Amino acid sequence: MSEHSIALAHQFDDLEQQKEAAILGMWVFLVTEVMFFGGMFTGYTIYRFKYHEAFMAGSDHLDLLLGATNTVVLALSSLTMAMAVRSAQLGKRRALMSYLSLTLLLGSAFLVIKGVEYSHKFHQHLVPGPHFAFEGHDPQHAQLFFSFYFAMTGFHALHMIVGIGLLAVILWMSYKGRFNAEYHNPVEVSGLYWHFVDIVWIFLFPLLYLVGHHR
Amino acid sequence: MNREHIIPPKVYLLVFAALVVGTLAMVAAARVELGPLNIVVAMTLAALQATLVALYFMRLRYSHRLNWIFAGASILWLLLLIGMVLTDVISRLSE
Repeated sequence: MSEHSIALAHQFDDLEQQKEAAILGMWVFLVTEVMFFGGMFTGYTIYRFKYHEAFMAGSDHLDLLLGATNTVVLALSSLTMAMAVRSAQLGKRRALMSYLSLTLLLGSAFLVIKGVEYSHKFHQHLVPGPHFAFEGHDPQHAQLFFSFYFAMTGFHALHMIVGIGLLAVILWMSYKGRFNAEYHNPVEVSGLYWHFVDIVWIFLFPLLYLVGHHR
Repeated sequence: MNREHIIPPKVYLLVFAALVVGTLAMVAAARVELGPLNIVVAMTLAALQATLVALYFMRLRYSHRLNWIFAGASILWLLLLIGMVLTDVISRLSE
C-alpha cells in the first residue's frame, strides 16, 4: 500500500484504516436513520393495533400492483448498486459508470411510479385534510392510516431523492476518474445508504399495502 | 494491495432473486386469512429480506466486526422502542 497516495487523508495511517473509518461512520449514521424511521414505525404500530379495521379498509385502497412493482424496481436498483460497488473494487471505471447510471434510472422509475400513485390518491380524495372523503364505517381512522401512508412513503421518497443526488455526484466523480481499485470509499458509502433506503421500503411495503386481504 | 473481499455476481443475483421471491411470498401470504399471524409472517419475510440485503449487498458479512455491533445496536434499540411502547399501549387497552 502506497504511503504517498493522494487519496489518503493525513489523519489516517493507511488507506485500510481510512476505509474502515468511512464505513463505520456510515453505519453510525444509518443507526440514527433507523431511529428516525423507528419513531414513525412505532406510531404506526400503536394505531394499527388500536384501529385495525380502519387500517385494513384504508390499505385496501392502495394499489397493490404498483406497490409490488416498486418493491421489485427498488430491489433491482440495489442489485445494480451492489454491482457498481463491485466494479469500483475491481477498478473497472466503465462498468462502475454503467451500473451507477442504471441505479439512477431505476431510482427515478421508483419515484415516477410513486408519483402516479400519489396523484391517484389526490383524485380519489384519499389525502388527509379538508378534502378527505372515505366511504367506510370509520373514515376518521382511515384518514389516520393515510396520514401514516403519506408521512412514511413521503420521507422514504425524500431519502430516495437524496440518494439520487448522491449517486449523480458519485457518477460525476467516477467520470472524472477519482476512483480506482485502491480508493473508492464514496462509492461504497453511498451504496450503504442506498441499500438502507431499500430496507426501509422492504418493511413499508407489507405494512402499508398488505394490511387487508386483497382477494 | 487490495485486501477486500469481492463478492461474485452470482451471489448478488441470487440475493436479488430471493428478494423477488420474498415479495411474491409476502403478497401471497397476505391473501390467506391467518388472523394475527398474518403480520408475523409478513414481518418475518421482511426481516429475512433485510438480512440478505445487509449481509451481501451491504457486505456486512465481510466487513469489520465493529460494524456488526452498530447494525445490531440499531435493531436492539428499535425493538426496545416498539416493544416497550407496545407493552404500555396493550396494558391500557381496557381503560
